[in-house]
Amino acid sequence: MWRIDEQLAELNDRLLDFGALVEQIITLAGQAIIEQDIALAQLVIDIESGVKQKEKGIEALCLKLLMQHQPVAKDLRVISAALKMITDIERIGDQSSDICEIMISMDGAPYITKLEYIAQMAAATTKMVTESIDAYVKKDLKLAKSVIKYDDIVDELFDKVKADLIEHIRSGKPNSEQAIDLLMIAKYFERIGDHARNVAKWVVFSIRGRKEKKPKAQENAEENQNQPQSEE
Amino acid sequence: MNKFSIKNMNLWYRDFQALHGINIEIPAHQITAFIGPSGCGKSTLIKSLNRMNDLVEGCRIEGEILLDGQDIYGGIDVNALRKRVGMVFQKPNPFPMSVYDNIAYGPRTHGIKSKFKLNEIVEKSLYDAAIWDELKDRLKKSALSLSGGQQQRLCIARALSVQPDVLLMDEPTSALDPISTAKIEELTIKLKKDYTIVIVTHNMQQAVRISDNTGFFLLGEMIEYSDTEKLFSIPKDKRTEDYITGRFG
Repeated sequence: MWRIDEQLAELNDRLLDFGALVEQIITLAGQAIIEQDIALAQLVIDIESGVKQKEKGIEALCLKLLMQHQPVAKDLRVISAALKMITDIERIGDQSSDICEIMISMDGAPYITKLEYIAQMAAATTKMVTESIDAYVKKDLKLAKSVIKYDDIVDELFDKVKADLIEHIRSGKPNSEQAIDLLMIAKYFERIGDHARNVAKWVVFSIRGRKEKKPKAQENAEENQNQPQSEE
Repeated sequence: MNKFSIKNMNLWYRDFQALHGINIEIPAHQITAFIGPSGCGKSTLIKSLNRMNDLVEGCRIEGEILLDGQDIYGGIDVNALRKRVGMVFQKPNPFPMSVYDNIAYGPRTHGIKSKFKLNEIVEKSLYDAAIWDELKDRLKKSALSLSGGQQQRLCIARALSVQPDVLLMDEPTSALDPISTAKIEELTIKLKKDYTIVIVTHNMQQAVRISDNTGFFLLGEMIEYSDTEKLFSIPKDKRTEDYITGRFG
């Protein structure tokens, strides 16, 4: 076995380990939110504290590989994709922890609404994170592409949560301030979906040498959505 | 626009076929790199571009090598060809004479006698080879007293002195230290504005850094030829991938 192959195998193992840790974190965060389990939320925050260190370790390995081998072709794609992926994976861990912090700050107050859509978002983003890591491990282009597409479902769920909470505030029901917290939780799940999609895009890049592009029409629609709305 | 078009080229050294069915277009004002393991035929090919292989006994070539559309093996004057297609070798090979005479040697051979004209050519050639500032006060010194990197740039200046169209470089930096190598690489990139450059190199990072197109050769065949960035990012052939990622053999 060539030395670079041994080092790439080590990179692969460490990425898997990193991915598994973040997978565990988001799974537990989802569970903590649904069950309103403060102890579990605290556990997520504790586990998450080790994420940054693992990210730094992988980053150092990637830089060492670049320096020692000046890689090209597939090796360069795998290493550069790993460097980009770990940033997204770290953010997933970080935002899962943020979700738990918000939940803890609610101090056990009963939810103002059923968490039907947020629960679905938690399940959907956990699936995306798991599958994006699986796609990397198995070099599975099809699975990576399906993760990219699945992000649309998470976005739709976020819109439903938002509409639901706006309705709650508009109707003047009590404890409306909690609506803001729940909206932030939903937004964090939506961002986690984006990061999982990015991981899947880097998997596509490492296999094919170019990233998966969104259809132009979808890109334009998203850009328009992000533009400030003019008042009529 | 292509400077060279090589069509169905085969080359033999007596019974040994060193190149098999080479087809390649070499664009003008670009740097084209040939890479591959030792004995793959890349130096043989570059030497065919100014008929240096004519000097090898038993060398036989089939197919066409067109320079600006003209077959270089079809009744062309070899001296005129070598004036148009200059060459720089692996080991710097200055003549055992002064810096000035090294550069003036070619133009004198081609009939230029005017001292004024020769002075002009020497200055311009050394300037274009990015070594004028270092040598302007040492023109009468022996070229053999220069460092390896300076000698190689002097050889490039010597090749430029007869105003060629094409510069062939056969592993021009393999005998040089990293600083001299960097200077030659910078120089090569500057020169492509005025010249077409073909370089053989064993240093793949060098091919990535300076060339526009790269051809990968193996056992006398050209396995893959494309835009350098493409070849080193997404090679089409597994043999290319294995070679450039260092998993060859």
